[in-house]
Amino acid sequence: MNIGVFVCHCGSNIAGTVDTEKVAEAARSFPDVAFSTDTMYACSEPGQAGIIDAIKEYGLDGIVVASCTPRMHEATFRKTLERAGLNKYLFEMANIREHVSWIGKDKEANTNKATELVKMAVAKLRNNTELHAGEFEINKRVMVIGGGVAGIQAALDCADGGLEVILVERESSIGGKMAKLDKTFPTVDCSSCILGPRMVDVAQHPNITLYAMSEVESVNGFVGNFDVSIRKKATYVDWEACTGCGQCMEKCPSKKAEDHFNEGVGTTTAINIPFPQAIPKKAVINANACIMLSKGKCGACAKLCPTQAIRFEQQDEVVQEQVGAIIAATGYDLFDHTLYGEYGGGRYPDVITSIQYERLLSASGPTGGHIKRPSDGKEPRNVVFIQCVGSRDPSVNRPYCSGFCCMYTAKQAILTKDHIPDSQSHVFYMDIRSPGKLYDEFTRRAMEEYGARYIRGRVSTIQPRNGHYVVKGADTIMGTQVEVEADLVVLAVGAEASKGAGELAEKLRISYDGYGFFMEGHPKLKPVETNTAGVYLAGSCQGPKDIPSSVAQGSAAASKVQSLFSKDKLASDPQVSSVAMQRCVGCAKCESTCPFGAIEMTEFRGMPKASVVETVCQGCGVCAVTCPQGAIQLQHFTDNQILAEVNALCPY
Amino acid sequence: MSKQYAYYPGCSAMGSSIEYDISTRALCKSLGVELVDIPDWNCCGSTPAHASDHLLSASLVARNLAIAESMDVEGIITPCPSCLKNLKTTSLRMQRKDFHEKVESIVERPVRADLPIRSVLQTVVEHCSPQSIAEHVSKPLKSLKVVPYYGCIMNRPPDVMTFDDPENPTSLDRLMGALGAEVLPFPHKVDCCGASLGLVRRELVTRLSGRILDAAASLGADAIVTACPMCQLNLDLRQNQINRANGTQHSMPIFYYTQLAGLALGQSESCLRMDKLCVSPAKALQQVGAPAQEERAR
Repeated sequence: MNIGVFVCHCGSNIAGTVDTEKVAEAARSFPDVAFSTDTMYACSEPGQAGIIDAIKEYGLDGIVVASCTPRMHEATFRKTLERAGLNKYLFEMANIREHVSWIGKDKEANTNKATELVKMAVAKLRNNTELHAGEFEINKRVMVIGGGVAGIQAALDCADGGLEVILVERESSIGGKMAKLDKTFPTVDCSSCILGPRMVDVAQHPNITLYAMSEVESVNGFVGNFDVSIRKKATYVDWEACTGCGQCMEKCPSKKAEDHFNEGVGTTTAINIPFPQAIPKKAVINANACIMLSKGKCGACAKLCPTQAIRFEQQDEVVQEQVGAIIAATGYDLFDHTLYGEYGGGRYPDVITSIQYERLLSASGPTGGHIKRPSDGKEPRNVVFIQCVGSRDPSVNRPYCSGFCCMYTAKQAILTKDHIPDSQSHVFYMDIRSPGKLYDEFTRRAMEEYGARYIRGRVSTIQPRNGHYVVKGADTIMGTQVEVEADLVVLAVGAEASKGAGELAEKLRISYDGYGFFMEGHPKLKPVETNTAGVYLAGSCQGPKDIPSSVAQGSAAASKVQSLFSKDKLASDPQVSSVAMQRCVGCAKCESTCPFGAIEMTEFRGMPKASVVETVCQGCGVCAVTCPQGAIQLQHFTDNQILAEVNALCPY
Repeated sequence: MSKQYAYYPGCSAMGSSIEYDISTRALCKSLGVELVDIPDWNCCGSTPAHASDHLLSASLVARNLAIAESMDVEGIITPCPSCLKNLKTTSLRMQRKDFHEKVESIVERPVRADLPIRSVLQTVVEHCSPQSIAEHVSKPLKSLKVVPYYGCIMNRPPDVMTFDDPENPTSLDRLMGALGAEVLPFPHKVDCCGASLGLVRRELVTRLSGRILDAAASLGADAIVTACPMCQLNLDLRQNQINRANGTQHSMPIFYYTQLAGLALGQSESCLRMDKLCVSPAKALQQVGAPAQEERAR
């Protein structure tokens, strides 16, 4: 084998603390190395051209590049090899940037370590073999999980592009958080007027199948060929028959059911359609509140329903779907403000959350758009907004900024003045974060045109006194403590990962961070991909986002699916496990440890044997270390390859 | 089975809050919590010590810890939140090896600093549940409207005190409820009364404590119940000062919770030293049906 070694300077990133010339020189003495040099930027066009020239000039058949992490440029260099006519698996990368130059300042020690890493890479490469990718067919249907604005956008973009879309929503209507908003910033236009038509588009689109009141139960398979089971939860109403006329709601005697859509402001009937623009506009029975389902009496809705759609005996149903790609758009939940004992923690009736206030502002909300205090129904004069409740606060494990609270607070301050002209809004803030288009102008308008009084400082406590609240806090610009009397306090609650996000991530086999938000493939270069092929992200499931960003990401995810589906066949990754049949004793330990379910037990000449489903295998290697016989080898990371690396490092 | 605790009364218990000490001992006795005084205990240094030097503060506390550790007890308990805070903080700080060594070299004896440390309130609430206390009640505090006042350090800082909710504690509420009193939701239950600043910045205390009295009165409370000698002193002894400074006319009795508990458990007013309270509790006591045996003697 003729091996070529290229030691990259990466400008001063590596050359600043590693003597790259010396590393290249040392590499010349390693076995099979026919050519070795240092190069300014191996990944640049001239850098790659140098590699191709060397391959041709010296007849090289294997290449080692000592540079940055393979996460950054392994794919780049593999393509370079292919352009030079070599198999792309005859390539190794030694990470001398993240593992050496960035973490140590001692040039001599760094140079030695870099040399050793190159030595290991050469040793492994000598054991590499050509690997060849297979091909498999793909199913060009896509499942979108979550019917909020991001999911709706993704579903519509895919469907308009001619793809068949399965949209799964766990609530009885799509629309998500945006449907609950009264107005949107920075244009103060009606939220449901923008979203409503898009929701209707979803309902009417011939390419979209909508599963509302449904949850993803399990996901099997791999990119291009996912098998999904979806649990359609019992609604106790035959949605085929239901016309959404709402007569059942008028006559339902159980009127104290929790009004989920109105965020607990007010109550609703046991059978209900959550809001007038709901899609699908179908009634659902809340089993806990329904007298018939809990006590066996009543049945008023069944008697009244003009289409006889009520089905008290209905059960959950599980349906199977096959799709080729999945877009997760499961959104976020709002922070539970009861963790802030000093703000009343749910004890004070007139200390409410921003989304509850949004429902009070909404014309379709429980008060018909009139701002009324929950305690006595009076119109408030002084409204205090407190920002960063559950944002930027490590003490409640929410150190991150939720990003949109500054803006919606400014919007609510403006709307408050619109609704009650002689009212005064006070906003306690930490800083104003309004980086979007026309956003800063908007918060300024809240202050300058609408006279909202912005006070920089955190609130220490809220105390009820004589029918209103005393909000005590610091004014860190004036350097004093302030007390503001409030008739109503609105907590600008931050965002947190949606309930059950972790479980869904595990079903989808994608990563999530410590707070439950799904992890993108790369924070800058792969913002909507995940590390699992064929699974994409849109909206706030990846981190708090406002409407424009959610929509943009929904479209981005859809375009990723389109480009994935632009091919009829996908290449499979050959870096998978393979079983040596003669050594396998059929103990099935590998089958039980494989986290992806990629190993099946088969029979070979009457003996049980393990077999790898190559398209499902993710190449993690857990099976290889589990096998007591050493019968499973992970291609490109075989025992021989790894031992060669170890021997190169520990020669004695 | 009764449990023995090393009892650390603290300096206030020897003077300004002797009634707290007496009623604490009586309450513990009737609930089967056995107290053994730490022999030859010394002052924990209170605010002046920890405000000037952590090592001095810790050394003063460590001496008491060392004595208690030789006593074969369940743990240390103290009625005073300030002493409690010093005991617990020291015990935590002593987990740092270098600090531990310094303190040991000053007190010239080994200190393990590993005994559990609790307030009497926590012990009473956690070891005898409010329900089982309710079974002991012979004279429920019917028709007495009280506001529980925890003060600022009984539950805070939360990582050190590890007891109840730091912003909305409810242990006193539950205890008083079990004794039959009507407990009003008190928004100022963890506010500061001004503490020892009464000596150097009296106007601060009259303002802060005044606010607590105003709030209690506006809620229609008959009395404030406290668990802290400092809070009790500021609200009770200084109530006239506060009234003068703020132009108010409060006459709000400030009970230790142990006194009201003792009363409900059938102990006599004189043995609970109600006479030591500055603002006369006579009216409040009459409401519970206990004839005020002696007016405050001054």
